[in-house]
Amino acid sequence: MNLFAWIGRWFLEGASHVGRLTYFVLEAIRGLGEVRIWWPRMMVEAWNIGAGSLFIVLLISAFAGAVTALQTGYQFTGSIPYYVVGTLVVSSIILELGPVLTALILAGRIGARYAAELGTMRVTEQIDALESLGRSPASHLVIPRVLAGLLMIPALTVLANLSGILSGWVSVKAVLPVTDSDFIYGAQYYWRPWDAWYSVIKAFFFAGSITIISCYMGFNTQQGAEGVGRSTTTAVVTSSVLILVLDTVLTRLLLNQ
Amino acid sequence: MIELYGLHKAFGKQVVLDRVDFEVREGETVALLGPSGTGKSVLLKHIIGLIHPDRGTVIVDGKDVNTLKRKELSELRSRIGYVFQNGALFDSMTVFENVRLGITDENKYRDLEYCRQRIAECIRLVNLPADTIEKYPAELSGGMRKRVGIARAIAGNPKYLLYDEPTSGLDPVNADIIDGLVQRLDDELGVTSVMVTHDVRGAFRVADRLALLSEGRIVMQGTPQEFLDSKNPKVREFLERDFDNPSFAA
Repeated sequence: MNLFAWIGRWFLEGASHVGRLTYFVLEAIRGLGEVRIWWPRMMVEAWNIGAGSLFIVLLISAFAGAVTALQTGYQFTGSIPYYVVGTLVVSSIILELGPVLTALILAGRIGARYAAELGTMRVTEQIDALESLGRSPASHLVIPRVLAGLLMIPALTVLANLSGILSGWVSVKAVLPVTDSDFIYGAQYYWRPWDAWYSVIKAFFFAGSITIISCYMGFNTQQGAEGVGRSTTTAVVTSSVLILVLDTVLTRLLLNQ
Repeated sequence: MIELYGLHKAFGKQVVLDRVDFEVREGETVALLGPSGTGKSVLLKHIIGLIHPDRGTVIVDGKDVNTLKRKELSELRSRIGYVFQNGALFDSMTVFENVRLGITDENKYRDLEYCRQRIAECIRLVNLPADTIEKYPAELSGGMRKRVGIARAIAGNPKYLLYDEPTSGLDPVNADIIDGLVQRLDDELGVTSVMVTHDVRGAFRVADRLALLSEGRIVMQGTPQEFLDSKNPKVREFLERDFDNPSFAA
């Protein structure tokens, strides 16, 4: 295939997605007025995200905290004071591992589910049916999912941070002669309240990218079961890449002091 | 009245509708016939504004569907019941909740007692047992799902009913039941109906008027008798298999 034609087609397709995504988001914003419709559905979705993802999020962040602590212990030379371990574990978890790992797990769990659900609804004409009944798919299907994600993913991130720190704290004592007071001292020594805000702000942006991308992909599904599979994969891959891009951009913007 | 003028729609390079003119007068039942994949469902979705034409006009009750504002389109849709090919029922909702969504008047929708009565009435009209309302779509047979789809479409007392292949995928017995139901609803509710189908036998039984769509164009429109008398080769070709079928005469 001609390279220029391929680039041109790729560019046009990208521009088309940007246009449709913008329209999709504007439609969702327009539907915000129908609180009576989206509020009960949002509560159900929030429960599904929160209760359904809590175990896996805590488990993975606990392992991340433990591995961080064990690797810190492995690299310790003895010339560095032990309390620095507390600083390293807490900072690594709160600034990076907690929000990013949680977002990547939820991109797989929530993003795939949303894209598959809405994709199936699209190919079985359920979304068309909703429109034919004069009802807004945005307020029935999109807003509850997006808002539930924006509410629950930062909350899960806070819990993931706590789980990772506690696990790191316990684990580091197995490999280094660190006391509880050493760990707490180190954790507090470089602590800035802004770090906690930074973690939650990142989680909020990640939540937006997971929910909006997966709903958009599901909504634009075509061609039956194969299309649903394609939308689901694209939703997970796109939101995962976007999480990493946003991670870099937000780090540059928010920690640029 | 539903009027379509010069309707043209293409998906990529594939032209699905090519300058189609089509009218449905108040109170009549029109069957839109044609082989699978000739754009019948696409035409039907234009009437309710689910698909927008590349060119041409769709007018319902004197209003151009494609120029309507969001609220006007929503109001128009509340007067049209659409029966989807496979029911398009919401999997996560019970039959009760599915049919309730068809009650398009917001005040009535919020009145739970009215909803209970109306849903029970609609379920009775489509000949389903009363306890069906507690079931989920996955617990119903194909024929029952289609009937729930019809119940949802009539729940809002529509002026127009659009049926997209209401008998496709059904065995002859269930297809006859659905045809009878369409006919009875037209008589009892006095609605204007458009039925997209490739089932010639059912169309002849139900419709006041027929239209044959082939290769993106309306080949012929007329009464069932005019179709039977037609010498148009495309009409003959389409009807022939059913003429040869002994059940057609019955």
